[in-house]
Amino acid sequence: MAKLTRADLKKIRDAKSKEIRRRDPEGKTTHVIIGLGTCGIKAGARETFDAFLDEVDANEKLQLEVTVTQTGCMKGGCDGKNEPTISVIASGMEPTVYGNVKPDAVKRIVNEHIIGRKTVSDLVIDLK
Amino acid sequence: MRYKNYVLICGGTACESSKADEIYRNIQKELEANNVHGETQALKTGCFGFCEKGPIVKMLPDESFYVHVKPEDAKELVEEHIVKGRRVTRLLYNKPDCTTSAVASVDDIDFYKKQVRVVLRNCGFIDPEDINEYIARDGYVALEKVLFDISADDVIKELETSGLRGRGGAGFPTWRKWMFTKNTESDQKFIVCNADEGDPGAYMDRSILEGDPHAVLEAMTIAGKTVGASRGYIYIRAEYPLAIHRLEIAIKQAKEGGLLGDNILESGFNFNIEIRLGAGAFVCGEETALLASLEGKRGMPIPRPPFPAVKGLWGKPTIINNVETYANIPAIIRNGGASFAAKGTEASKGTKVFALTGKIANSGLIEVPMGITLREIVYEIGGGIPNGKKFKAVQTGGPSGGMITSEFLDAPIDFDNLTKLGSMMGSGGMIVMDEDDCAVDVTKFYLEFTVEESCGKCTPCRIGGAQLYHYLEKITNGEGTMEDIESMRKISRAMQKASLCALGQTAPNPIISTLKFFEDEYLAHIKDRKCPAGKCQKMIRYVINEKCIGCTACVRKCPVNCITGEKKQMHVIDQAACVKCGECERVCKFAAIVKN
Repeated sequence: MAKLTRADLKKIRDAKSKEIRRRDPEGKTTHVIIGLGTCGIKAGARETFDAFLDEVDANEKLQLEVTVTQTGCMKGGCDGKNEPTISVIASGMEPTVYGNVKPDAVKRIVNEHIIGRKTVSDLVIDLK
Repeated sequence: MRYKNYVLICGGTACESSKADEIYRNIQKELEANNVHGETQALKTGCFGFCEKGPIVKMLPDESFYVHVKPEDAKELVEEHIVKGRRVTRLLYNKPDCTTSAVASVDDIDFYKKQVRVVLRNCGFIDPEDINEYIARDGYVALEKVLFDISADDVIKELETSGLRGRGGAGFPTWRKWMFTKNTESDQKFIVCNADEGDPGAYMDRSILEGDPHAVLEAMTIAGKTVGASRGYIYIRAEYPLAIHRLEIAIKQAKEGGLLGDNILESGFNFNIEIRLGAGAFVCGEETALLASLEGKRGMPIPRPPFPAVKGLWGKPTIINNVETYANIPAIIRNGGASFAAKGTEASKGTKVFALTGKIANSGLIEVPMGITLREIVYEIGGGIPNGKKFKAVQTGGPSGGMITSEFLDAPIDFDNLTKLGSMMGSGGMIVMDEDDCAVDVTKFYLEFTVEESCGKCTPCRIGGAQLYHYLEKITNGEGTMEDIESMRKISRAMQKASLCALGQTAPNPIISTLKFFEDEYLAHIKDRKCPAGKCQKMIRYVINEKCIGCTACVRKCPVNCITGEKKQMHVIDQAACVKCGECERVCKFAAIVKN
């Protein structure tokens, strides 16, 4: 490592801050959980995961508020019709499960549910 | 490349000695084998604190908390948790909520609920061997501030506002130490870090150095800039190889990055830090003895004043602070003294790290706000006393401290309250005792320690300590007299008044404290020749009662063949030959052997 200047320190902090925030659950108020069961992955859940991370990484406020994690198969969601399924747990709101969340739906969920704090009703599925 | 998952493996000394490094390497290998190493980062961090459950593997950001992990579990953890998103419930401490499939936050685990992590904020979150991780967590922001934006007086003002008091035990206001050194004219000054942590059962400083070494380096550099010193020394005991190793890496990286050495961050300020290893003498935790040892002399204290702040290492003004004190400073400078002072009590601000050990369900390293009660620590964080036993006392302050009994469980813990209760904060060791612990026996243990560790320079400590130990031995052997108690009180007073340093002055504290709270136990040993807890071996007898059916199980187990009797007849123990190992009692299926 070469000798650092103040500008270099800032660069390191800026470059790593997103990653540190992604790692740190402290103070997060919204939790997005991606169903990464086999059929979820087949239906593109990994791309959905990435799409959520893209949205969060692009917005400093979301970086501090949102955690995106994975889980296995979401019970009842894997009848082949609803994958990828995700759930959003935002403090003060009912936990909501969404189905068929392709990357284009991610934008809507982030904007309407997480930022706008309103359920995206046409994407909601009912897990029994 | 972007990481989605983080696997944090505790790399503190305790987990490390339970194969944490092998777990780390196996996880790394499995991540690669499953081709997920591009999106999952494995990190070896400092101590998570919950040492009772180690080795611990924590998954972030979803906060799955895996406990008692073995190296062979790595495959399952990676294949199930990372690849398929399924939690390995058999190893999971915080079970998921089935309606949301989110695990309970680590903060909701009883052990962590009441904890506030200020000093330990990076410990168990960052990789201590990577300076970039520290920098990314606002590391060296405080140093930048001190180098470029605020004056030395501002630094001392912030410390004063913060109310920070020395974490090594005595609780002296840190800002005053710094001010004395700053205001003393000298061609050279020194910054010393006391990492000679020696209290039995204490490992706060070790864990800080292992988990967040740069915090201490940054604080020492800030101290250097503030008082005008260009050299710093970390005096650390050689028994802490992992802490030393991480410090060496941290110093090397800080030097390479220009955060130590000449012209730090192009500010024109020069500061170097060197490590000095202590050979394991307890007295070297005393500041003047430590400085003597640093100078290459025998580690013995000298009378104060002059205090090291004015005349210290090689006769020059020297700031000497403890590891935890330093570790608090970057955050105080970064966030302002007032934010630090917002936590704690009137005269004891901030948080304190304690090593909670002994008869406690959740032993480990905890950080709590000053003013928390002992009840919260023992019963909420610590999870109470295991095996349904009764709480007896908590020993704080190590060999210089005393006992806090159940009647004081609700007293707020801070520097002044603990002193009022006849104990002391000390460096932060907390040893919990239950009904099976004998107050006299525990006291004897501490006196044995201080006698062993006395440097021998002053008579009250050298001779007084040995005499106290002799009386305790007499009492626990069942040969004590009431005069012995009086003699102990007298010697204790003399040692408190006439000893040269804190080691001798405080060595009688365990005796004074137990005589105050557990005098009845001393009396039982002396008058009834009985150890109520059944701990003092010389005073216990194993006897066989009429429940004995003569099965001879005990005869076969006894290591000294002192049990005799006919088959199917009641047996007897030859008391003269018995070594009181208790094996017969354990092996007897008929409760026919009892201790009295």
